Amino acid sequence: MAKAKNNSALDSVQILKTYKMYIGGNFPRTESGRYYSPQVNGKSIANICRASPKDMRNAVVAARSAQPPWASRTAYNRSQILYRIAEMLQGRSEQFVAELQIQGLKTQDARIQVQATIDRMIYYSGWCDKFQQLFSSVNPVASSHFNFSVLEPTGVVVLLASQTSPLLGLANAIAPIIASGNTCVAIANEDQPLSAITFCEVLQTSDLPPGVVNVLTGKLDELMTHAAKHLDVNAIAADQIGTPNLEAVRADAAGNLKRIADLQIDWSDDNQAQNPYLIEKFCEVKTTWHPIEQISSSGSGY
Amino acid sequence: MSKMKTSLWKLDPAPESSDHISLESSYGLFIDGEFVESEGGDKFATINPATEAPIAAITEATDTDVDKAVKAARLAYQKVWSKTSPTDRGKYIFRIARLIQEKARELAVIETLDGGKPIRESRDIDIPLAAAHFFYYAGWADKLPYAFPNRTPKPLGVAGQIIPWNFPLLMAAWKIAPAIACGNTVVLKPAETTSLTALKLCEIIQQAGLPPGVVNVVTGHQKVGAAIVDHPDVNKIAFTGSTAVGKGIQTAIAATDKSCTLELGGKAANIVFDDAPIDQAVEGIINGIYFNQGHVCCAGSRLFVQESVFEEVMRKLKHRIDTLNVGDPMDKNTDVGAINSKKQLQQINQYIEIGKSEGADFYQLQCDLPERGFWCPPCLFTGVAQSNRIAQEEIFGPVLAVQTFRTVAEVIKKANNTPYGLSAGVWTDKGSKLFNMTAQMRAGVVWANTYNKFDPTSPFGGYKESGFGREGGVHGLAAYVKI
Repeated sequence: MAKAKNNSALDSVQILKTYKMYIGGNFPRTESGRYYSPQVNGKSIANICRASPKDMRNAVVAARSAQPPWASRTAYNRSQILYRIAEMLQGRSEQFVAELQIQGLKTQDARIQVQATIDRMIYYSGWCDKFQQLFSSVNPVASSHFNFSVLEPTGVVVLLASQTSPLLGLANAIAPIIASGNTCVAIANEDQPLSAITFCEVLQTSDLPPGVVNVLTGKLDELMTHAAKHLDVNAIAADQIGTPNLEAVRADAAGNLKRIADLQIDWSDDNQAQNPYLIEKFCEVKTTWHPIEQISSSGSGY
Repeated sequence: MSKMKTSLWKLDPAPESSDHISLESSYGLFIDGEFVESEGGDKFATINPATEAPIAAITEATDTDVDKAVKAARLAYQKVWSKTSPTDRGKYIFRIARLIQEKARELAVIETLDGGKPIRESRDIDIPLAAAHFFYYAGWADKLPYAFPNRTPKPLGVAGQIIPWNFPLLMAAWKIAPAIACGNTVVLKPAETTSLTALKLCEIIQQAGLPPGVVNVVTGHQKVGAAIVDHPDVNKIAFTGSTAVGKGIQTAIAATDKSCTLELGGKAANIVFDDAPIDQAVEGIINGIYFNQGHVCCAGSRLFVQESVFEEVMRKLKHRIDTLNVGDPMDKNTDVGAINSKKQLQQINQYIEIGKSEGADFYQLQCDLPERGFWCPPCLFTGVAQSNRIAQEEIFGPVLAVQTFRTVAEVIKKANNTPYGLSAGVWTDKGSKLFNMTAQMRAGVVWANTYNKFDPTSPFGGYKESGFGREGGVHGLAAYVKI
């Protein structure tokens, strides 16, 4: 038997990472078997799953079944899980910096983006149990009713993620979507999908229930059509996908009256990216009427 | 022997008079503060659906008319309304509210003559709520930053607004009041069968001294609405009507920057548990589906009764149906008036036939009906399956589909099993069950132990295919500002 050589770590052959998608808490390959190879500086960075319509449907099924239990978690619990995501990001920040560099960023820019991603996750963690108080109301109706309006999550939201900010843009858009109890199917940055998939490893180890966030990789123009036409998707967040794409998505989305959010946000700008109205955008207002019994002899409590 | 049952009791006629109202025989369009004749548009008659007698001639606006109205609105936005102080904007709207109150009786009579709804409802609900809506939003005009913390809300510009025929003046109020309070100007199209109170509102707007062009009203059929939707200089579309037309609007404006709010159809579940106050629930079922002849997007058209009280609820419900007065909408004792139009009556009758052919059991109030006019006595189907079209599709008439359930989990599933999500009702005396049920309903408005209540401070609007955006309350402001 050959003796194992005692090579130094530097000499050993590197194990390359296989990037797969994230659906229902698992990392499957695309059912289609297709791939594409995004390039940086003319060099392929990895073979990436090119998701199919069937993958999209699977992801929506995962998101749909995860949605009611996620929404019925306490706001405090959702807040802690978002905070936990930030903790896990912090612990793996060097890996994200390295990956962003592979995707073409300079070291300093990569560090800034990773730090911002951590900070934004903490920012939205804090909103989970506060936005309701900001946006809900007790309504002084002119009749004997206790009437109040609260926000409820819209349901399943498809995020057509930023094509310019592969980690920060993705995480920063996901956080306000899931903060209120929505679940999300994100289409990752087409050319720079590596950090999106590694972000899913963070999500998987952050107590985030399977299916709350699902990430597909592939061709935006192919997947966005299926997302916009899918009848079990409630809303679409389109992050600067270009006017022709946005118009096509809007037209396709009319089939079941999806809510369309056109995110025109510079994710590097705190004032734009830290914004509770992004949570409100993916919520519905529910108004409830309760009669107040008026008993003539009960008098006034004052 | 007549097949008609005699009423449980006989009421003497109690007609509201109409000698105090003033109506023109022919109406033009309201553009730039004046009533003007169309450039080439035809006229059509608006009729009283209870008698089929014509009331007045209404203009079918042309594309040129719509363009003139939009231009007037744009000019008023740029030159006047965006420069009017928020406080003054509010004062104009307060004036409109007061004038509606002063003319309430006239407006109620016209609403009932033109639309067929019982005078009791137009007098006690439609008109007072319309005035209240203007009054409520008048006060918001100079307080908008408080509604959007950490933001500076700005108006959108010209709002194109298209409203339905079921609550004509009230829907005009829901649309116009928040729009102009937020600093927008308006081009509004009322429904073709019920233009009169919107045109009377124009007279009020003139009397209130609202600057010309801030509110413009163009009348006519769907083509006029399409011209508003397609007009390149309209910034926002607000539509209340059917889901099918709503989807058409979302498609039509897909390639534009127009913002949009849609208040569309519904197929609401009204859920009665065995621990409910049954007599109150029966009143709520009646009010839920037969209010305004069932021409209500949030009507409680799907009744779910817990099996253990099904017999009792049905016995009391049928008994209550038998006591409803159907007939002359101008009679103060009338509970159910005329169906709004012949077309709508045909649709309702078609669904009744569908329900029968689907095998459901049919029950309908037997009563004498006026010889002319459009009538559909209150009715219901029992033995309805979840998959039946009468349980899935919006009928928009006094037709109730009754189903049963055993458990809470079952009724939540059944109630939410619809593409719509506008409203729901829940009847139980147990508080914790109520709060669970109201939270589980995927609907924008949930009535607990009550039904079909409306208030300007109370946001109204749908989930899912019932549309998006809210009208009423602080949330209703968001439809008319950018932040």
